[in-house]
Amino acid sequence: MRPFTYERARTPAEAAAAVTRNPGAKFIAGGTNLLDLMKLQIEVPTHLVDVNGLGLDRIEATPEGGLRIGALVRNTDLAADERVRRDYGVLSRALLAGASGQLRNKATTAGNLLQRTRCPYFYDTNMACNKRQPGSGCSAIGGVTRHHAVIGMSEACIATHPSDMAVAMRALDATVETVKADGGSRSIPMAQFHRLPGDTPHIETALEAGEFITAVTLPAPVGGRQFYRKVRDRASYAFALVSVAAVVQRDGTGRVALGGVAHKPWRVEGAEAELQRGARPAMAAILDGARPTHENAFKVTLAERTLAAVLSEARG
Amino acid sequence: MKFDTPATRNPIDQLKVIGQPLDRIDGPRKTTGTAPYAYERHDAAPNQAYGYVLAAGIARGRVTAMDTAAARRARGVLAIVTTLDVPRLEKGRMNTASLFGGPEVQHYHQAIAVVVAESFEQARDAAAMIRVDYARQPGRFDLAAEARNAKLVPGDSGEGSGAPPEDRFGDFEGAFAAAPVKLDETYTTPDESHAMMEPHATIAAWEGERLTLWTSNQMIAWGKRDVAKTLGIPPENVRLDSPYVGGGFGGKLFLRADAVLAALGARAAGRPVKLALTRPQVANNTTHRPATIQRIRLAAGRDGRLTAIAHESISGDLPGGGPETAVAQTKLLYAGANRLTALRLAELDLPEGNAMRAPGEAPGMMALEVAMDEMAERLGLDPVEFRILNDTQMDPEHPERPFSQRQLVQCLRLGAERFGWAGRNARPGQRREGRWLVGMGVAAGFRNNLLMKSGARVRLDAQGAVTVETDMTDIGTGSYTIIAQTAAEMMGVPLEKVAVRLGDSDFPASAGSGGQWGANNSTAGVYAACVKLRDEVARKLGFNSAEAEFVDGHVRAGNRAVPLGEAAGQEGIVAEDQIEYGELAKRYQQSTFAGHFVEVGVDAATGETRIRRMLAVCAAGRILNPKSARSQVIGAMTMGVGAALMEELAVDKRLGFFVNHDLAGYEVPVHADIPHQEVIFLDEVDPISSPMKAKGVGELGLCGVGGAVANAIYNATGIRVRDYPITLDKLIERLPEVG
Repeated sequence: MRPFTYERARTPAEAAAAVTRNPGAKFIAGGTNLLDLMKLQIEVPTHLVDVNGLGLDRIEATPEGGLRIGALVRNTDLAADERVRRDYGVLSRALLAGASGQLRNKATTAGNLLQRTRCPYFYDTNMACNKRQPGSGCSAIGGVTRHHAVIGMSEACIATHPSDMAVAMRALDATVETVKADGGSRSIPMAQFHRLPGDTPHIETALEAGEFITAVTLPAPVGGRQFYRKVRDRASYAFALVSVAAVVQRDGTGRVALGGVAHKPWRVEGAEAELQRGARPAMAAILDGARPTHENAFKVTLAERTLAAVLSEARG
Repeated sequence: MKFDTPATRNPIDQLKVIGQPLDRIDGPRKTTGTAPYAYERHDAAPNQAYGYVLAAGIARGRVTAMDTAAARRARGVLAIVTTLDVPRLEKGRMNTASLFGGPEVQHYHQAIAVVVAESFEQARDAAAMIRVDYARQPGRFDLAAEARNAKLVPGDSGEGSGAPPEDRFGDFEGAFAAAPVKLDETYTTPDESHAMMEPHATIAAWEGERLTLWTSNQMIAWGKRDVAKTLGIPPENVRLDSPYVGGGFGGKLFLRADAVLAALGARAAGRPVKLALTRPQVANNTTHRPATIQRIRLAAGRDGRLTAIAHESISGDLPGGGPETAVAQTKLLYAGANRLTALRLAELDLPEGNAMRAPGEAPGMMALEVAMDEMAERLGLDPVEFRILNDTQMDPEHPERPFSQRQLVQCLRLGAERFGWAGRNARPGQRREGRWLVGMGVAAGFRNNLLMKSGARVRLDAQGAVTVETDMTDIGTGSYTIIAQTAAEMMGVPLEKVAVRLGDSDFPASAGSGGQWGANNSTAGVYAACVKLRDEVARKLGFNSAEAEFVDGHVRAGNRAVPLGEAAGQEGIVAEDQIEYGELAKRYQQSTFAGHFVEVGVDAATGETRIRRMLAVCAAGRILNPKSARSQVIGAMTMGVGAALMEELAVDKRLGFFVNHDLAGYEVPVHADIPHQEVIFLDEVDPISSPMKAKGVGELGLCGVGGAVANAIYNATGIRVRDYPITLDKLIERLPEVG
């Protein structure tokens, strides 16, 4: 960990301004990922802007019938919220499938979206990593890749995004609300929030420098039966090999987003028309163009079978 | 005390304190966070500085230059010692890779510098400022690829389960060729990490030429010897103190880089230095259980009796290292007139392979017990009955040499009854409960009982209190408690009157904690010292030692009874002795046995395997404390589940290192993975083992569990996986259609 300076921001715009004017600055909320990365000098901020005191910790109804989730709502509180449990079950289930109770108590909504990949080559600073050090190469390609992406990756990076929450939010068509240093705000649909790696895997989101997340908004409830099925090597406290977030309506239509397969939560709206025909055609369309390695080819089969199990349960 | 004839009745047989399920006497300190582990010995030495180890970033080659200028200028830095500053250090007797010194890099994360600073953060930050230039060399990192170059070698795990390079008995090839039913399969087990909670940690302080290490080590006497050898100082100038160890599993049997670099850092800084290895360094800087490739051939008549058994294992290690002795148990577990075992070793440039809980037997049983399951199916026999049919009460290669106790059959029979084995469908893939395919598996458990010299000192004071001192360690096993129970039983005092002091090299040398030998041997050493103390007390009072009884805090003979405190007087009485073993181990084979039963559910869609329930029935001599023994066994069963289902150090075969080197990447079972465990101890006393009539259980609880899990998965799914761990990707292509 490098020495750093620290301040507490008083307003979102002030937080954005503080980070914008200092290129070495970062926001800190729960710190469950950032502090670990700082200890390893994977993140080396020279200045931290603490946003915990901004009061963005409420979940409010929107005029459109949805929910506006403050950026600093803790994962535990979001998962337990009565409205979330009733109307957005996929989100509550995804949150509870992630991390541990202690981490969920600290981790925030915005921080969860911004957590960084768990690729072990990213975590080992002796190894080349374009995400950690642009242009240094990717030591994961050709290495141990059982957990890596099967679709949407590039020659520069094959990492996956580790979040469960974000997968559910992608299925729910959430939008990310932000504020910039100049006080201007914007809404970024989840579909556009996380990026594919391309040749700039170190740029992971659509956020501009200093742009600060204030909330995540969920549209009005879409009904249906909602599932979050996380498949992993042990029963708890593990990252997904594959996860399936699904909202399935009585008529068999629905939405599906996948975790554990790509650099971002993976959803192909155009493929969802296939859901009524079953998991196999649907997943074939969702993962069309997948290029798995020898070690992670099982994820393609696993995603299809997991979706099949979800659809079967939805019918039952 | 020389133990060379079977034990007769002795004070331990009273079982007033021994054999009782008592709470651990160190429990309150551990559960309240007041038991000081090595890194928390804040009061042990004044003015402690912090050390941080810089580890090599390549797997093989040389350090050509190290630029420490920026690090030396960094705030708070007190001293830096690099591997280029010192010649390669001598190796301890138990070490394969060099711990420090010289330019050569033998494996990834070998230590190449220690930075000492006023704070931990400053030391870590400065370590990252050191620029290192390497000349890389190609290495051998792929066991499967190197297997063809493997050579026959003898095996000695350092924990007693040895085997010769090749061992033949009868005519294996002839019998195998002639048999009507046979099996020839290959099984693999991966590299595994000890992944104990407490990483290796040491505080080092020099007083002149004398070095004290407050550390975390299982084997104090080995550690003292190897510290002296490595640093080139006389052993009498070295003291180790390790009263609390936060898990070891064999990872702390030996001297490691934490102790060496804390000592070098302290000498360079002129201050005591506190140092812990990082989690990635535990995986790549220290030792691990080596991967194996095991070929097993079994042959039997149609009656189900084994006629030929062959078990051959290949593993890898750094040059000068040793093999994983995965075949040792196969020499003893089942009958059969024609036998072959072989150990082969390939040279690899991965980190050092060495002992991990039940070295040899743990991975060996993972293969052998699956082979037995497969063979039972080929014979159309129930796997419990097949094992019972091939039981032997004698060492199969030495029919004149019986087992001191062998209740494998009883373990299996009782286990089958308690577990509801009769309800198992012998045809696999038949039982479905909702999304789960459900199956049951069984395996024998086997681990040798090892005898080690062990000493203790016992002091009786004027208050009638007893203090035991021995360098024995408690690595979470319950040593404190069973040693206190032993002294209380021997001296006729309540447990509260006994104080136990462990882990200090100034105390008499003990067996230490390894190879499941700690409990029996260390308490036998305390027994020996207590016998001597009883003699001293009797002699002082003019009692006939043979008639003296030690009961309720008094010593009695005839109609005289004297309180122990009064007998001790103000000066107290001290006695010291050790247990040593004679020839009994040659005349009798001493082993421990279990029946392991497991029920799993395999998700029919995803292939995720989840344990539903487990049972271990153990026959392991006298159980000194059923509560701490049970804890040992359920912990071992949990480790067996990890080995079966998830634990694997993933090797990058190009870059030569264990990639998943933290606890997010190296998964071990969490609570949710272990829903229900039951342990039954058979009533057994073994007068051949020691005056305690006890044996070990801590590794028995592991040996066989992985095989039972694998067999349960087969019973659930009909899919036989011979490559551990059995992760879902090895099942998913062969599972039934979903929905």
